Amino acid sequence: MAASLSTAVSAISGKFKVLKKTEFRGETTLQVERAEIKELARFCKEQLGFTYLVDLSGVDNFGEEPRFEVVYELYHFADGLYLRLKISVSEDELEVPTVSDLWATADWHEREAYDMYGIQFAGHPELKRILMWEGYPFYPLRKDFPLAGRPSEMPDVAFSKPAPLAGGPFVTVPSTETTKDREPRSREIV
Amino acid sequence: MPETSPVAYDSKIEGNVIITQLDAAMNWMRKNSLWPMPMGLACCAIELMAAGASRFDIARFGAEVMRFSPRQSDVMIVAGTVTYKMALAVKRIWDQMPEPKWCIAMGACASSGGMYRSYAVLQGIDQLIPVDVYISGCPPRPEALLEGLMKLQRKIETEPALREQKRELIASLSDSAN
Repeated sequence: MAASLSTAVSAISGKFKVLKKTEFRGETTLQVERAEIKELARFCKEQLGFTYLVDLSGVDNFGEEPRFEVVYELYHFADGLYLRLKISVSEDELEVPTVSDLWATADWHEREAYDMYGIQFAGHPELKRILMWEGYPFYPLRKDFPLAGRPSEMPDVAFSKPAPLAGGPFVTVPSTETTKDREPRSREIV
Repeated sequence: MPETSPVAYDSKIEGNVIITQLDAAMNWMRKNSLWPMPMGLACCAIELMAAGASRFDIARFGAEVMRFSPRQSDVMIVAGTVTYKMALAVKRIWDQMPEPKWCIAMGACASSGGMYRSYAVLQGIDQLIPVDVYISGCPPRPEALLEGLMKLQRKIETEPALREQKRELIASLSDSAN
């Protein structure tokens, strides 16, 4: 059992390879090896007591290598601890072992990450699209997918057309300037 | 003796007979008994439910009989965001509704895609089915829906119901007349 996050982290780093440890505003993130994630997840759940998978999501760092990340958000009910695990996934090797056999909630989260980013979760009981329809040819949350969408056609199932953006997408800019400069406006896509 | 039908003034039916055009009579009956197909897809459906409940009471306009079977409906109220995943299902339900039928696009999303200028959302249900009344708002208040319904009633009043919708009947009548 883990009484505090530091003992949990040291228990993890004693058994597994931690590539990077980040502390930000009291949140601990461990960058770990993709090959070890299944065993590490099992260790976190069964030995350390992180019985709750809060979220599992994908990240697309378009232009970087490796391109994708999978983020696991864990929670320890008894001691109230949060722990975030991250693995890198390259575009050439999109396969990640499933954790849906450990946390049942990962089933739909992994389907969503597969639907939106195309990350393949090996060993998943039913890895099919969850939001878009079966047969949709794109992964819409990838950064190289336009917000307006792309045309597609699945007879008798669904179709899609690009949305008229009329000068958009309208995006905010993170800055300390006045509202006039920060608010969503039509900006050229760089 | 050939039989003749008595045509005479009958004081018993005076005041109980209204003379009108068939079109007007049909339209009058139709517009006051619109059975909606509630196509509730997003938050507009909550306002649609409010319009059906006691405070706003869509029954005052004869449209309280929400039918979840398209075969019994007259007007489809598309209330909410139509995603591409749902779009052909909406079309299919529309196709199952018998003529004459009308469509109300309730709210910004159903009318134009609303704030969802995105890959997943159909940019207005009028790309798939003909819309009679568009209601602005995000979501529109129940009063706005009732106003839209009254607009639709006024539209129905003006329709040449018999000539447009009973063409085969009229053709067979004129054939037998000749």
